[in-house]
Amino acid sequence: MTSFRFDKGGLIDRQTSVGFSFDGKQMTGHAGDTLASALLANGQLLMGRSFKYHRPRSVVTCGAAEPNALMEIGEGGRLEPNTRATMQELYDGLIAKSQNRWPTLERDFGAINSLASSLFVAGFYYKTFMWPKKFWEAIYEPIIRKAAGLGHLSHEADPDRYEKAYAHCDVLVVGSGPAGLMAALAAARTGARVIVADEHARLGGSLIKEREEIAGADGVSWAEGILSELAAMKNVRLMPRTTVFGAYDDAVFGALERVQKNVAEPDHNVPVEKLWRIITKRCVLAAGAEERPIVFGGNDKPGVMMASAMRAYANQYAVAPGRSVTVFTSTDSGYRTARDMKAHGVHVEVIIDSRADAPELETNGVPVMRGALVTNVKGGKHGMSAVEINGHDMIPCQSLAMSGGWSPVVHLACMRGAKPVWNDGLSCFMPPAHDPWTIPAGSANGKWQLSDCLADGAAAGTKAAVDAGFKASKAAIPKARDDAGHAVSPLWWVKQSTGKAFVDYQNDVSAKDLPLAAREGYDHIELAKRYTTSGMATDQGKLGNVNAIGILAEATGKSIADIGTTTFRPFYTPVSFGALGGQHVGNHFQPVRRSPLHGWAEKLGAAFVETGQWHRSSWFPREGEDWLAAMSREVINTRRNVGLCDVSTLGKIEIKGKDAAEFINRLYSNPFLKLPVGKARYGLMLREDGFVGDDGTTSRLGDNHFFMTTTTGHAAQSMRDIEFAHQALWPELDVQYVSVTDEWAQMAIAGPKSREVLASVVDAELSNEAFPFLAAGEVTVLGHIPGRLFRISFSGELAYELAVPAGFGDAVASAIMHAGQPHSILPYGLEALSSMRVEKGFITHNEINGRHTAGDVGLGRMASNKKDYIGRMMSEREGLNDPDRMQLVGVRPLDPAKRFRAGAHLLKVNDKPSTKNDQGYVSSAAWSPTLDSWIGLAMLKRGRERHGERIMLWDGLRDVYIEAEVCNPVFVDPEGEKTHA
Amino acid sequence: MAYLINCPHCGKRATDEFYVKGDATKARPTAIGDGTLDQWHDYVNIRENVRGRIAEYWHHTGGCRQWLVVERDSVTHEVYGVTPAQDWKPATPGASSPARKTAARKTPAKKAGGKRS
Repeated sequence: MTSFRFDKGGLIDRQTSVGFSFDGKQMTGHAGDTLASALLANGQLLMGRSFKYHRPRSVVTCGAAEPNALMEIGEGGRLEPNTRATMQELYDGLIAKSQNRWPTLERDFGAINSLASSLFVAGFYYKTFMWPKKFWEAIYEPIIRKAAGLGHLSHEADPDRYEKAYAHCDVLVVGSGPAGLMAALAAARTGARVIVADEHARLGGSLIKEREEIAGADGVSWAEGILSELAAMKNVRLMPRTTVFGAYDDAVFGALERVQKNVAEPDHNVPVEKLWRIITKRCVLAAGAEERPIVFGGNDKPGVMMASAMRAYANQYAVAPGRSVTVFTSTDSGYRTARDMKAHGVHVEVIIDSRADAPELETNGVPVMRGALVTNVKGGKHGMSAVEINGHDMIPCQSLAMSGGWSPVVHLACMRGAKPVWNDGLSCFMPPAHDPWTIPAGSANGKWQLSDCLADGAAAGTKAAVDAGFKASKAAIPKARDDAGHAVSPLWWVKQSTGKAFVDYQNDVSAKDLPLAAREGYDHIELAKRYTTSGMATDQGKLGNVNAIGILAEATGKSIADIGTTTFRPFYTPVSFGALGGQHVGNHFQPVRRSPLHGWAEKLGAAFVETGQWHRSSWFPREGEDWLAAMSREVINTRRNVGLCDVSTLGKIEIKGKDAAEFINRLYSNPFLKLPVGKARYGLMLREDGFVGDDGTTSRLGDNHFFMTTTTGHAAQSMRDIEFAHQALWPELDVQYVSVTDEWAQMAIAGPKSREVLASVVDAELSNEAFPFLAAGEVTVLGHIPGRLFRISFSGELAYELAVPAGFGDAVASAIMHAGQPHSILPYGLEALSSMRVEKGFITHNEINGRHTAGDVGLGRMASNKKDYIGRMMSEREGLNDPDRMQLVGVRPLDPAKRFRAGAHLLKVNDKPSTKNDQGYVSSAAWSPTLDSWIGLAMLKRGRERHGERIMLWDGLRDVYIEAEVCNPVFVDPEGEKTHA
Repeated sequence: MAYLINCPHCGKRATDEFYVKGDATKARPTAIGDGTLDQWHDYVNIRENVRGRIAEYWHHTGGCRQWLVVERDSVTHEVYGVTPAQDWKPATPGASSPARKTAARKTPAKKAGGKRS
């Protein structure tokens, strides 16, 4: 291979050697290297294989736009695919692998695709794999999926930590080149809080990549001087390794800081990446400009590189892709590469300038061919050997620098929808003018000369600070030596090329694909992009897009301004899922809510189940019991003796005020105005569209004092709905409400012996006469704890719910268990609770699923027509009162041991499953220990008049048919005698 | 969507703290009974998909838990004003007058700007 490191020069630390491996081969670089520069230094020019044709590729840029040198970094859970070698800092022990090749980078079987390249034109997949239709899923797609894609994902968990953070400032400066540094300095001197973010490890932007002279010093020293001045200011924060990837409304920016992507073993106390939200008042966009490739034959061969990148590799890293260089340029800046390479002792053969009228520029003796074109490149995977000029002349050389003009990096100015504006004079898309928060500066603003960049940066920094409310402070603009400008004559495509010419390297889109797309009708830029896939790879066309637009303009006879750009969206460069997830992984994915009785249940050996954020005690297994055995024992004991269940997760709302009764009366469909003090009532809430929304009980503890419960799952939404009803609908009502869900520990004590157990704990008369079904009142528990007692039942048994302040929950539950010992009390969990409620035909959110009315679930009598309430009028709609609607029924399999599940559909016994034949569905299913049978609740068309009918339960997922009988949804004690006992 | 919402109770807060319910231009009908269903249908179901200035109910769930009306531009995302819901007077469905409100607007309405796609 031809690439090598110079004996001297560069900003690398030659005293510090850094060992790394590439495809298993041990290599050495220096501190200050990127993976790309270290590979070049090791003679490793071949770095990857292309996406479609598997052509050998080498690095072509020196930064974020890199389309070719994509690698897998790390191993195991730390493996990260598609990492740009140009952005990866070298560290000791780095493990890199090339991608998209099999079996090896050297011998890649997929390269056979190149032989058939004439087949792989734009729209190839759409054209080729259309028929036979059934082949798509079985054959084509799996093969294409295997062939496509770049790196591999690790299937192991990522061991590293990620973090999300906020930062606030007055002026955010994106980029730390000449414009960015001057902007930061000018803004910081006004006293504004300034953040300078730059995606590279070393700040300084182009100043450390070019050979510049500012204020009598070289560019690197000048940048270091300014950076140390900025670092010493308290109002300035410098953020290297930080890519500002997105611009959002209200001057909020997203940024990714790569905190520890430069070490083999990250410190576990520090995140590896940090996702920042930067809230600023103004942003100075000093992100620089991207050099454009030229589209000519063989422009993707290893050894061909952006002219500016070749300079940067030589100046910053002291490496070159070859020992001899030819420059192909349509701009003045190509000459700079010739001079720099010559200064580093690299032989420069010739400058090929596509402009016949190119100006006379300093070349340090390098000959210039004007009006000439490179038409092909000779070479293979280990480097190039010659350049073909004008279709015939061959010039031997080992590398080629290309410069096709400059494109300001406008992304952050365009992400909120504004389009960049084509400027004919500058031959580039300029940032849109009317973004109120983003002030472009320097080459991101079309300023090509160093002195212009410094002045533009200072002006932008001052304007940003003044806009943010600070007083301008004078910042002197240092004198700089200007180089040749970036004057450019656009050359979109060398049509005389004799080799394959690429527009988009990463997606292997060749120049011919674009006119083809236009001929086939995909001539809009957004369509052409998707048809050819140009600009659709992970680099999002940072290099190729403007050339693609230029070629499409030529092919359609339109102007570039008319063609325009595709849409700019976040992210500027890829952001890892790890960073987007931040701390919210594993146990931190969402908050965990534990009931006040969690510890009590834990002591009794409860198994817990996650229901939303809650961890609820689900069953209390004894040795050798599975969930079914434990649950059955709990149900039987509760129905025979007494059980205690934690119901603290119910939503609880304290409501007070002069108009509290009126307010509650408008929330529930059934009447509440005349609920007596000391009574609880079951209430049904509709949504405004007439469907059932939630249910619960509300007790009146005083004339103007109510205590409402909601279901566990709907608690947050019900609270929000209640707040809406008051604040937005009826603010004139004098009412106050507050969620007290977490303030009360609430337990159900259910079973025929519950009264006897409670009597020894609660200071209150509990006889059926003194405290009948639906009584509610304040009581004293264990002689000193204030509590609330409700005689309500979700099990169908004689039952109470007792609420005590959360901190007393454990003590009171334990005391009740102790008092209940002689009565054989046992705890029961959510499974037993659910089984008993199905046995009783009580609804939950399995039935309250947004599709059913009060009438559907058998509660039509609870829809009052004497008052207005949420959902009142819409529930009267004709369709909601159709007698053909599904209605709540019970279902019982003919064979009681046949298990079925919620979601099974109901069919007439001899019908085939179809939408037309569908009779309804099973909403809840449970094992009933009381009946020794699987039972279910179901929604069935005209169900109430079909009790006794045979029906088929069809579970399409498990392909089972179970014959069942339709019955009353109340399986146990339909008269409610036990409840009222 | 705008990123920072100026809550009248809490100050500028990130949109993540808010829950958006939707259109706030229609008042809940006060009449019930025969002949009122059309009004209710309008209130519950009929929405204009407005390009430009809109008013929506937002709930500051992660803050003061107050319902607010946020007037904003569906194209430019500019926020014109934030009003406590109890001070907001939406129009009654069926009535022809546009939304009116009691609180003064903080920013004057501006013409919708650039295109969004």
